[in-house]
Amino acid sequence: MDKTINQKAWFLVLPVFLVVAFSAVLPLMTVVNYSMQDTFGNNQFFWNGVGWFKELLDPSTDLGGRFLASLGRNLFFSAVILAIEVPLGIIVALSMPREGWSVAACLVILALPLLIPWNVVGTIWQIFGRPDIGLLGYVLNHLGLNYNYVSNEVDAWVTVIVMDVWHWTSLVALLCYAGLKSIPDAYYQAAQIDGASRWAVFKAIQLPKMNRVLLIAVLLRFMDSFMIYTEPFVVTGGGPGNSTTFVSIELVKIALGQFDLGKAAALSLVYNLIILIVCWVFYTVMVNAGSERPAKEGAA
Amino acid sequence: MHSIPGRRLIMALFLTFLLLPIYWLVNMSFKTNAEIVSTMTLWPHTPTLQHYKRIFTDESWYSGYINSLEYVVLNTIISIAVALPAAYAFSRYRFLGDKHLFFWLLSNRMAPAAVYALPFFNLYSAIGLFDTPWAVALAHCIFNVPLAVWILEGFVSGVPREIDETAFLDGYSFPRFFIKILVPLIASGIGVAAFFCFMFSWVELLLARTLTSVQAKPIAAIMTRTVSAAGMDWGLLAAAGVLTIIPGALVIWFVRNYIARGFALGRV
Repeated sequence: MDKTINQKAWFLVLPVFLVVAFSAVLPLMTVVNYSMQDTFGNNQFFWNGVGWFKELLDPSTDLGGRFLASLGRNLFFSAVILAIEVPLGIIVALSMPREGWSVAACLVILALPLLIPWNVVGTIWQIFGRPDIGLLGYVLNHLGLNYNYVSNEVDAWVTVIVMDVWHWTSLVALLCYAGLKSIPDAYYQAAQIDGASRWAVFKAIQLPKMNRVLLIAVLLRFMDSFMIYTEPFVVTGGGPGNSTTFVSIELVKIALGQFDLGKAAALSLVYNLIILIVCWVFYTVMVNAGSERPAKEGAA
Repeated sequence: MHSIPGRRLIMALFLTFLLLPIYWLVNMSFKTNAEIVSTMTLWPHTPTLQHYKRIFTDESWYSGYINSLEYVVLNTIISIAVALPAAYAFSRYRFLGDKHLFFWLLSNRMAPAAVYALPFFNLYSAIGLFDTPWAVALAHCIFNVPLAVWILEGFVSGVPREIDETAFLDGYSFPRFFIKILVPLIASGIGVAAFFCFMFSWVELLLARTLTSVQAKPIAAIMTRTVSAAGMDWGLLAAAGVLTIIPGALVIWFVRNYIARGFALGRV
């Protein structure tokens, strides 16, 4: 669709600009300000230049070591949950019933985990996984597996990952389902006439049609898993040791726990920058994918 | 729609996987603490309502629900109100810096809450909004406004441009066109956007907890505090958890027919 050039449109955007600038730009400036200074309490600040940034990116210092370790853990976590949730989400979307009341029922149950406050998600899994009172922990331990997410690193990781799969696969599934719904029946009839196999239908019709929603899904899941805080914090508290301490948990520890404002601010900026870059790459890919599509292709 | 072999089984397994932990929470909320700790039972053998009763009679508990709902509703209203005109502008016009502005908005949706916790604390303390629902509502705008703009833009783009032109030819002023014609046309889109704002504001805890202390404390924060203070009152914790699931479940039920479309952010 052609858009007309109209600078007055800025007036329509102004409220959004003001609201978001108030809650984004002002705090960000505070962060930049802190990141260049050191504080010894009592609101006394000293100029520290890029000192914090140097320390942050140098793995031999305490700060740098902690940051890079949590960053590595976080990237690994994001990769694992993307590798599980995206294929699983597609499979679930393909398994949706076709019509009738069961569609609504499935949709409601699928969406349920998405609307549970994040710390309650943590609480649910904390209880569910406990060997003494939780169903999962109890059953696993009675099957002879020595499962305990409080003391065993691998168990803690498995719990956090399964929890995330439980929490967010529905989002991928619902997105894919929306993409599948937009495919006209004529496509399937044509495929049937051509005698296409089930796999061919998936590869030639369904997957290309899900392209855009899948990109949105991957984008959202990457971002949200990269800033995950509440759920693992409630379940494992970042432990055992530091084994499930992700970047956000580390950041909150430094900022609100130790009140090391300079370090926390420097970490925030680098963290934000990483997310911004990834976001920009995804966004560019998405916009390009959108514009390559023929303009008039069925669904609105 | 073509489906895959064994789809009923896959769906059943997945839904069981989703419901089992929730069932366990509900199950525990009806048990006495003695039963929880001493035996492993698949359903409450001595069902009790004591935990729910305590939450509904103790003000420090139920006020948390009211506080949470207060800032969630405030945030939803603010987000939709400012996002509507912007969505229209992004959908219909080209203007200086539009693409950059759109990306900047989206990038805020992706900013980690942990980064903003401390500066928000300073900012809202400085302007005297700390510990009010307004502080949380405004803070949540940082991720909800961009999302609302994004969703609504998709829905506005689905409205043919001829409708605008006809309305203006008929002598509608812009505000009148907006309220009388455009808003009813994208009502389902507004519903979807409101649902998402509600959802993300309702589930967020880090900012809500940082920006409140006593007066506006959200239920989620009250849960963490009381549990650590009273040792482990599992039954009470489970009951409080169950009650936080209910508003979400109700909202889903109302928008169930739009969920799928909304999750594709109006642009499938």
